[in-house]
Amino acid sequence: MDFNDSPEEAEYRATARAWLEKNTAEHKAEAHADDMAAGKAWQRRKAEAGYAQITWPKEWGGAGGTPIQSVIFGQEEAKFPVNYGYFTIGLGMCVPTVMAFADDETKKRFVGPALRGEEIWSQLFSEPAGGSDVAAIRTKAVRNGDDWVINGQKVWTSGAHYSDYGIVLVRTNPDVPKHKGLTMFWLDLKSPGVEIRPIHQMSGGSNFNEVYFTDVRIPDAQRLGAVDDGWKVALVTLMNERLAVGGSRGVGPEEILSLARDMDAADGPLLKDSAFRQRLADWYVQSQGLSNTRMRTMTALSRGQTPGPESSIGKIIAANQMQELGNAAVEAGDQYGIIADPKLAALKGLFQGAVMNAPGLRIAGGTDEILKNIIAERVLGMPGEIRTDKDAAFKDLATGR
Amino acid sequence: MNFDYSDDQKMLKDEARKFLAAKCDAKVVRSVLDNADRAYDEGLWKGVAEQGWLGVAIPEEFGGLGLGHVELCGLAEELGRACAPIPFASTVYFVAEALMKFGSAEQKAKWLPKIAAGEVIGAFATSEGKGPVTARSIGTSVSAGKLSGEKIPVTDGDVADLIVVLAKDGLYLVEKGEGVSAEVLETLDPTRSVAKLTFSNAPAAKLGSEDGIAAMQAVFDRAAVLLAFEQVGGADKSLEMAKAYAFERQAFGRAIAGYQAIKHKLADMYVKNEIARSNAYYGAWALNTDAGELPLAAATARVAASEAFWFASKENIQTHGGIGFTWEADPQLYYRRSRQLSLVAGAPATWRERLVSQLEMKNAA
Repeated sequence: MDFNDSPEEAEYRATARAWLEKNTAEHKAEAHADDMAAGKAWQRRKAEAGYAQITWPKEWGGAGGTPIQSVIFGQEEAKFPVNYGYFTIGLGMCVPTVMAFADDETKKRFVGPALRGEEIWSQLFSEPAGGSDVAAIRTKAVRNGDDWVINGQKVWTSGAHYSDYGIVLVRTNPDVPKHKGLTMFWLDLKSPGVEIRPIHQMSGGSNFNEVYFTDVRIPDAQRLGAVDDGWKVALVTLMNERLAVGGSRGVGPEEILSLARDMDAADGPLLKDSAFRQRLADWYVQSQGLSNTRMRTMTALSRGQTPGPESSIGKIIAANQMQELGNAAVEAGDQYGIIADPKLAALKGLFQGAVMNAPGLRIAGGTDEILKNIIAERVLGMPGEIRTDKDAAFKDLATGR
Repeated sequence: MNFDYSDDQKMLKDEARKFLAAKCDAKVVRSVLDNADRAYDEGLWKGVAEQGWLGVAIPEEFGGLGLGHVELCGLAEELGRACAPIPFASTVYFVAEALMKFGSAEQKAKWLPKIAAGEVIGAFATSEGKGPVTARSIGTSVSAGKLSGEKIPVTDGDVADLIVVLAKDGLYLVEKGEGVSAEVLETLDPTRSVAKLTFSNAPAAKLGSEDGIAAMQAVFDRAAVLLAFEQVGGADKSLEMAKAYAFERQAFGRAIAGYQAIKHKLADMYVKNEIARSNAYYGAWALNTDAGELPLAAATARVAASEAFWFASKENIQTHGGIGFTWEADPQLYYRRSRQLSLVAGAPATWRERLVSQLEMKNAA
């Protein structure tokens, strides 16, 4: 048991770090119109050096590297203030799907610009009637000459308001069971009939969108995979989700420890309150447990193995801890805890923000309940849920009517 | 990055699992549970000694295999899975560790080879009554090389040949015999033997020069990591038992394994077990390298593993339903053992407090 890089890994890390030191300094010295422009500039820099998608083949602008190299670069990059999230979904999920299913001409047209941050992609799967049940898609596509005509609505589309292109999963056949009548396309989000409306979250922010389709025409040439075979294509997209080995940020034991030092409880500082200390210990144990679990994932990658199921538990713990720890900090303020004004609240309202954002984190990217099903079924090998919709035509389901 | 057992360590662990499957099935555990006269299973103890497990982390110069603590952690995990009814923890995690940490050259040469050979059973005697052990709670004292006081409870105290005793001014080695009497106690886990020990002017040799509580804590830190591996093994076994029963048991026309209430319960167990395993690995690293982080790593491992084993062992009974509450069903063995392991080196609440104290020191530094 040790935490040391192998000699090759250590060398890779040193090279990456030297590159990051030089290039982040140059990047920060440049003038950028806004955060998006800065993000695009940084992405271009990485692409030119082969750090944009390290595991992609060189012919597509990657470095032909290993997953552990990608993780090492990510760890080093996270130490610098260049955390731009605009390209994650496109490069992590959408473009790999395009690369797997599109013709050469399409790939040549889109892969490079996406890699260099010139064009941004969105993933349009979720719908009002299908969140956890993604295959219950109602947005329909009807063939019309060389085109398909799309009508319907997508929801929870991250970044659609600043994206150029997207991949969209639609229903092309309602007369067969739900998984068997879906088809995947790529499309220009500026197409006529596409309307993007930001969703106003309960936390006040707007990170997601509704996307409405009204008689949107998509050429058949933009189809990814066979007609009615879109579920298989979607599984490729979802498989490409980035390995959950990144560090956690935001609200954790360290933040609440610093709060507890300064905050008074009934009999002295909160940090001396024994009930609080017991809870703090449990939060630390969980955070440390997640961080140590990431080390095990890294070990599997380092040995050239596919990480085991241990990497799937992260979000369940992190999201619930954010909610409970945030709330404990809020309640520690007693009456004052209700104040969310960053000018007045502890740590600029960090904990109040955690309380309001945690409900979303427990739902996004797989609800707690779906993740527990996944652990039970895929890790422990327990039976899948009974599906009354498995063999019925989509149009005959309550969702499909 | 190498945050896992090595191939050699895995092989040792696999062999241990096979050995214990053959020599320590539930019948062996029950033979101790059901027989108040038996303190431990002598056949298994002898077999474990022959395998060399008692000396796996003891240096070769003192008769051990001189492998290391990660190997010992792997064995602990397997012993926990098997719910082994032997004085392994008392002898190896507490007494051998105390000797290796604080013993003089003579003390090590005298005792470690005997421990490695299975000729000596050890016990670690700290508590004198209800509540956590503190400087104020210790009445045991030594005068002119004679130790007097009362220790309760002492795991394996009735069968120990060598007892490491916490007195006011430090740790002492006391041999069974003159001035030592034992009274066996009824506990939550009869598969492990526990006694009250009374010392009246028992010959005692000082072990190390450390202050008493600090020395005890140093031994607890080491034992906590090893106990955490036993707890992880027991927690994993409890999850496997629950899963196997859920597939077997039919209710309302199908196996209960298909019900989401059962699936999510088992997923919750899995999450806690993985967190416990990851934290135990960190503890193993700290123990094996004698890292400065050991106190914090040990506390983290112990709190996580105590929680995981408690949860898995109680929800294993729940998954079994009524049959799980019978004497004949095996989930109770792990439920009982989870209590024993959570308490033997101090309760989780005590360790949570220690964990936060360590965090305060770390952040102040």
